[in-house]
Amino acid sequence: MTDITTEKARIGAPSAQPFINGFTEEGESLSPLNAAESKSPLAGEAVKRHSHGGGVGVPDSSRAGRLTSYKLADFKALTGMEEDWRFTPLKRLRGLHTEVLNGAAPSVSVTAPDSVKVETVGRDDRRIGSAAIPEDRVSANAWENFAEATVITVPSEVQVEGEVSVLLAGQGTEASAQHIVIVAEKFSKSVVVLDHQGTAVVSENVEILVEDGAQLTVISLQEWNDDAVHASSQQIKLGRDAKFKHIVVSLGGDLVRVTPSARFTAPGAEVELFGLYFADAGQHLEQRLFVDHAVANCKSNVLYKGALQGRNAHTVWVGDVLIRKEAEGTDTYEANRNLVLTDGARADSVPNLEIETGLIAGAGHASATGRFDDQHLFYLMARGIPEDVARRLVVRGFLNEIIQKINVPAIEERLTEAVERELAATNH
Amino acid sequence: MSTLEIKDLHVSIDTEQGTKEILKGVSLIIRTGETHAIMGPNGSGKSTLASTIAGHPRYNVTSGTITLDGEDVLAMSVDQRARAGVFLAMQYPVEVPGVSMTNFLRTAKTAIDGEAPKLRTWTKDVKAAMAQLRIDADFTQRNVNEGFSGGEKKRVEILQLELFKPKFAILDETDSGLDVDALKVVSEGVNRAHGEGNMGTLLITHYTRILRYIKPDFVHVFVDGQVVEEGGPELADRLEEEGYDRYATGAGAVTIAAADAAAQA
Repeated sequence: MTDITTEKARIGAPSAQPFINGFTEEGESLSPLNAAESKSPLAGEAVKRHSHGGGVGVPDSSRAGRLTSYKLADFKALTGMEEDWRFTPLKRLRGLHTEVLNGAAPSVSVTAPDSVKVETVGRDDRRIGSAAIPEDRVSANAWENFAEATVITVPSEVQVEGEVSVLLAGQGTEASAQHIVIVAEKFSKSVVVLDHQGTAVVSENVEILVEDGAQLTVISLQEWNDDAVHASSQQIKLGRDAKFKHIVVSLGGDLVRVTPSARFTAPGAEVELFGLYFADAGQHLEQRLFVDHAVANCKSNVLYKGALQGRNAHTVWVGDVLIRKEAEGTDTYEANRNLVLTDGARADSVPNLEIETGLIAGAGHASATGRFDDQHLFYLMARGIPEDVARRLVVRGFLNEIIQKINVPAIEERLTEAVERELAATNH
Repeated sequence: MSTLEIKDLHVSIDTEQGTKEILKGVSLIIRTGETHAIMGPNGSGKSTLASTIAGHPRYNVTSGTITLDGEDVLAMSVDQRARAGVFLAMQYPVEVPGVSMTNFLRTAKTAIDGEAPKLRTWTKDVKAAMAQLRIDADFTQRNVNEGFSGGEKKRVEILQLELFKPKFAILDETDSGLDVDALKVVSEGVNRAHGEGNMGTLLITHYTRILRYIKPDFVHVFVDGQVVEEGGPELADRLEEEGYDRYATGAGAVTIAAADAAAQA
């Protein structure tokens, strides 16, 4: 009955690029490429205003070579064959990749202590583009079409009590664009919650700037209605000694695709990227993350956990971690765990680790997708706990590992209840 | 007064090489108040017997019976067996991430008793039992067995034994991997539970060391899936001096060891 596969993913480039000097077929040998041309916290930006394939000397197959641009026209129309779209059912994007995104964007209401500055700004605000550059067509489409942006600033050295709560309430099914900027200034400490609810078809760009010595937690909750379609590019730029924790929770929506990218610009910074998703019948929940170790002595830790139940429940997790040549002393680990509760569900999990220097503290990746662990089940049942109760206990336990990391009691409670509802839905 | 009766038990496992018979006709009767020690070399089938009584799905009973006061244990699911009063202290307790000890103990106690324990006395009972087993109070906040050392896991097994009050306790090599201090603490726990007078104990061990702290009434020597010798406590003393060599059966024992290894892989 045990059906557990631990996939050791390929180290290196995923696509079928012809042989590249220095890369074996498995991409295991250290890259001889001089990454100076591509060394950049915003990938293409520092190389040139936009780039087609990462600039000089970077193979298209490397994550460093991903096209980034503020202009929609720079991205070709999607076919579904692209590496970063191959798992996404484009037909269900409801025009986010093809239409002009001029529908009403989800309304934004922010609840925050007085010490936090909340502004609504136009497209020409200088902070737009300070932490992000679109990495795919849907994100670029939103960038080209958003009307106004919400900028949340935690001023220098301010320690915010409680959390900054941002409610994004869907306004219907017309394709729309959203833009949020979160700036955690130097030595500030805060927690920001992006709470996505209702019905929307929206492409969203979230720029997150974590300045030197700042500590920021961003919790992105996707508790959409069943008919929502949401693409969210959440890009994080970290200064020296900055600490950032990201928790992505996707429960509701027909199609949700969250693509967090964290980029280090100075040494001593740390990111923790956590995720929890629970897909029911027919739901497509996708998460693709990127950690760009472009400078020395930074740390990253990634853990995403997902549960799936019901026919055609589909989850996708792709974790790209790039350790550039300059990023000596990097310490990184990424893991994805999926628990398949019923037949007919599908979990794709692809950890990619590219390493261009051997002088690192540590680099690891892991992925496991299994049914219930029969050993857990046996242990609990051998203590008199009936199978259905034991299963619930295990699933709760499995997902709780992420919930426990949130450290905001009200949200932990709310998510625990939400998971209970998901479990109750199929009586597990 | 309860009786756990095992009659001519044959058990096999499925391996890649086909079906392997591990228990080849085992009979035992354990009554309330009795302590039986099952001893034997590695791969003799001792742990298979323990797991089979508890109902581990890996082991197929091909013939024979197990009854608890006449009730057919083999017809029961794993959880039914536990609720009927069978407790297996496992050799390798698994970590259950995300499930706190507090939550786990209360859920199990509720399942076994058929009603939730009274919160105030329960908390007190848990605390007292933990203190006696020298388990840190903060273990209740931790996840089941997660990050526990080998010795801590074994103590937590005995904690459950003391809290759940089974009719029959099966201790599967509870002593292996314990230092002398931990062995004493664990043995005291077993003796306390046994001393209440409502429990029979089946102690499975490779070593005679634990028998200095837990006195068996009967000793059964297992070799190659069968009981080859039975006696009183004096048999354990003899084993301590002579070891298992005189039971050596050559190729047979080796085959079982290989099958066990395959089963655990």
